Amino acid sequence: MANAGGGAYSFSLTTFSPSGKLVQIEHALAAVSQGTTSLGIKASNGIVIATEKKSSSILIDDSMVDKVAVVCPNIGIVYSGMGPDFRVLIARARKSAQAYWKIYGEYPPTRVLTQELATIMQKATQSGGVRPYGVSLLVAGWDITRGPSLYQVDPSGSFWAWKASAIGKNMVNAKTFLEKRYNDDISLEDAIHTALLTLKEGFEGQMTEKTIEIGVVTVPTIEELEQGKIGGETGRPTPTFRKLTEEEVRDYLAL
Amino acid sequence: MSIMEYNGGSVIAMVGKECVAIASDLRLGNQALGISSNFQKIFPVTDRIYLGLPGLATDVTTLQELFRFRVNMYTIKEEREIQPETFAHLVSSTLYERRFGPYFIEPVIAGLSQTPSGGFKPFIAATDLIGCLNFAKDFVVAGTASSKLFGVAEGLWEPDLEPEDLFETISQTLMNAVDRDAYSGWGCVVHVITKDKIITRTLKGRMD
Repeated sequence: MANAGGGAYSFSLTTFSPSGKLVQIEHALAAVSQGTTSLGIKASNGIVIATEKKSSSILIDDSMVDKVAVVCPNIGIVYSGMGPDFRVLIARARKSAQAYWKIYGEYPPTRVLTQELATIMQKATQSGGVRPYGVSLLVAGWDITRGPSLYQVDPSGSFWAWKASAIGKNMVNAKTFLEKRYNDDISLEDAIHTALLTLKEGFEGQMTEKTIEIGVVTVPTIEELEQGKIGGETGRPTPTFRKLTEEEVRDYLAL
Repeated sequence: MSIMEYNGGSVIAMVGKECVAIASDLRLGNQALGISSNFQKIFPVTDRIYLGLPGLATDVTTLQELFRFRVNMYTIKEEREIQPETFAHLVSSTLYERRFGPYFIEPVIAGLSQTPSGGFKPFIAATDLIGCLNFAKDFVVAGTASSKLFGVAEGLWEPDLEPEDLFETISQTLMNAVDRDAYSGWGCVVHVITKDKIITRTLKGRMD
């Protein structure tokens, strides 16, 4: 039997070690903490999620790399960890959001979608022939019942709501930094700057619009809601989550 | 003879000023033979949503239980009460799931929906037996007396009726329409939903 790390217990995904651990899940968390830093901050009038986008070669066209993904008009996700696993989860999340729309004629609240994703990730810790997802997610969204909310989902399938959090490499430092900087009545603009400052702490290389990705949730006003409920010209809800363009990111970095 | 007319029964819903009303007859029949004069076809979904299920009696019970199940699951999962618009879509998709072997029911939904500013807005809707939604601003009708209900409602309904006036309007509309339909009648039940209370009254009708 191989004895690296958890010994015999490190191979069977669904076997507890005598100390009560599922070692594969801990390895998955290790994979996450090797991934690039991502963070999210909840502001009084919105949420910002941001991440570092690292290219292994200058020859890669990084405008085609997406680390912040839109799930449905009110929800976006950023990740730290393994890119391919994230792609699979995003596809599942989008499908789930559309399935919800087919039943209820509206998009899911952030909590419901997060729960769905957490269930998918939990399944990968209890099923045969699979490995846990090597990603942690930060889910940011807005809905009418809970307003703006920010959730983190881990490979184990556990999830929490945060006011501000960081995942991936440097997450400990980033969280300490956020704890110092955070207050409850921070504005979205301030939160975006705090997000960039936090990323800068552990950043390797140059921070540019090519190496940073930002997504924001903006809280609609009551007037916008009264109009938006009808659906406007297209019948589509006005998005509350969007990704910032490279130009916008550049402007924030310049400040 | 159509299966939609096998047990008989009719439902109507109307919009008022910051209130809605939904009413049905109480007859359960076996074609022309009357079986019961106390067959409820309207069910509460939440404190502010009522659902009327006219059509085949066996499907009335089945659907009532199915919607109770789905709404309970929704309430627990989402930790919130379902809104009338959302519930209408749930009804629609539930019926369309059985597109090629439908439930023989044409549901009517009446409720008050919460506006973003915290107020309440009247909401009524009806669907056909495969879930095609009809959102109306004034009134919706369904069941064996639907054609008669349409006529009377067109004549009696007016906008912005207060709860008591709305009660009178919907009661007169229903009572007079079902008297012209052999498969509906044998008494009526009326619910008026306002933002702070529900008025439920049972009316006596012709027993012929």
